[in-house]
Amino acid sequence: MKFFLKLTYMELKLQLREPVALFFSLAFPVMVMVLFGFIFGNEAEERLGGYGQVDLSVPGYIGMVVGTIGMLSIPTTLANYRDLGILRRLRATPLGSSPVLWSQVAAQVVMTAAGIILLFIAGLAIFDLRIPNGNLAIVPAALLSAFSFFAVGFVLAGVMPSARTAQAVGMAIFYPMLFLSGAAMPRYIMPDFVQQIAGLLPLTHVVILMEDLWLKGTWNLTSVVVIAIMLILGLVISRFTFRWE
Amino acid sequence: MTQVIEVRNLHKTYGGVTAVDNVSFTVEEGEIFSIIGPNGAGKTTVIESLIGLRQPDSGSVSVLGLDPQTEARKLGNRIGTQLQEAALPERMKVWEALDLYASFYEKSVPWAPLLEKWGLAEKRNSQFGSLSGGQKQRLFISLALLNDPQIVFLDELTTGLDPQARRATWDLIRAVREQGKTVVLITHFMDEVEALADRVAVIDHGRVIALDTPDNLIANLNRETQVLFSVPNGFQAARLENVGGITAVNQYGQQITVSGNGPLLANVAAALAQHNIAPADLRVQQANLEDVFLALTGQTIRN
Ligand SMILES: Nc1ncnc2c1ncn2[C@@H]1O[C@H](COP(=O)(O)OP(=O)(O)OP(=O)(O)O)[C@@H](O)[C@H]1O
Ligand SMILES: [Mg+2]
Repeated sequence: MKFFLKLTYMELKLQLREPVALFFSLAFPVMVMVLFGFIFGNEAEERLGGYGQVDLSVPGYIGMVVGTIGMLSIPTTLANYRDLGILRRLRATPLGSSPVLWSQVAAQVVMTAAGIILLFIAGLAIFDLRIPNGNLAIVPAALLSAFSFFAVGFVLAGVMPSARTAQAVGMAIFYPMLFLSGAAMPRYIMPDFVQQIAGLLPLTHVVILMEDLWLKGTWNLTSVVVIAIMLILGLVISRFTFRWE
Repeated sequence: MTQVIEVRNLHKTYGGVTAVDNVSFTVEEGEIFSIIGPNGAGKTTVIESLIGLRQPDSGSVSVLGLDPQTEARKLGNRIGTQLQEAALPERMKVWEALDLYASFYEKSVPWAPLLEKWGLAEKRNSQFGSLSGGQKQRLFISLALLNDPQIVFLDELTTGLDPQARRATWDLIRAVREQGKTVVLITHFMDEVEALADRVAVIDHGRVIALDTPDNLIANLNRETQVLFSVPNGFQAARLENVGGITAVNQYGQQITVSGNGPLLANVAAALAQHNIAPADLRVQQANLEDVFLALTGQTIRN
């Protein structure tokens, strides 16, 4: 157990030493929130059910953190470790393969939690964020979403020939999805047909799941199923595609 | 003597490429066993099969009485490895790497003295990415010795080291052996093999084409020895022709080359003394392991 904690702690330290990755996973969502917050403000509005714009955007930003870490951080980190022979060196110890992979998951869960906590801190400090009913169910929901996107990250890491392509393809899939899903800006300002397309995207379902829990305290089962299917598919596919060198 | 490694009829192919083709050998406890051969010969694949990183297609491998495939964890605790192509994360610090890797083993030695021994004490807080090639290499050796292993596998250990570090490494490898450990060493430096190895396997196209002590391999080459020296003007090389063991004498002005077998140098020196000649820059040229290597594996470059 000690080696697992050491490995996870080391991985976290390494993540914190990567300024670029850190910017995208931790700082960028907060920046988007602050930017839109300053443009639209966070006044309570009747038509928004007594909430402000920022209050309503928080579920989306949680999706942004989850997606960034799953689709950008994880594939780039793992493919890079593979390309450089870092995984090879680890495999030449009695450690075995699962602690290596699980420590990556554990470290990225901590990063995701840190990203979400930063959002709350910034929201409370700058915009007097209103927390509706304090629904703690967003914690397991965020974990489920994180695992599901992490699994996709493992697939990308395995399928892509190099760390550079893993990063490029991760971005090419993630950024369009980010803007369509409502994670970065509200879906209701988009045309209907775009909203329909968005309904097919996994990240949209993360946002919907979070919104429903956040505002109504209800689990959107469709979204849970979509996210769970992606998790299972991701696990199965990565099981066969992951490469250690 | 107990056998610590036993390889029988090992085969390994990658796709259609045969990397290892029916390799068999044994290594005894306390030996420094060297594997040499051209690029792509299959040396790394053999070692990787021994440490459990590769699954052989057929044949059997036993290391310390364990099967590297099914008893990987047990074996991993008792061997140390320095891989040809491996790395640590760029931003991992030297001490962090040692501290982390030490936690992977059931037993490990304190890492601070290892850093000292391998000249990395000052680099303790440096990140892996900022180390020079030789420093990285020395860090990998330290990692290989962290668990006080019974067998150490070293794949091109001294590649990238400067001459000082290379010689220092030889001393340390001898010291490792003196602790009773077995060393398996892949290298492209023939002087290293001559200086260190008890036995050497020459591998080419995935096959063991020779396996013996360095001395025997050289002796089996049956190359003549050459004695070279210069003499004062007017000396006739023909006067040396009845020296024992001589097969040829060549003279270019003052430069004389005598070829032959047996204790050639002693015989030539005695004959010169008889003629009251004091030769300048007397040198002996003998076959070395590099000649053996080239004779066995040919002169063409491998891809
Ligand atoms: N992972 C791999 N996938 C496909 N082919 C491989 C792989 N590893 C090695 N090979 C091939 O197997 C053969 C033996 O390679 P190996 O690395 O064992 O040679 P080597 O003797 O260690 O060479 P070098 O002196 O260059 O390190 C080569 O033809 C190589 O191209
Ligand atoms: Mg090699």
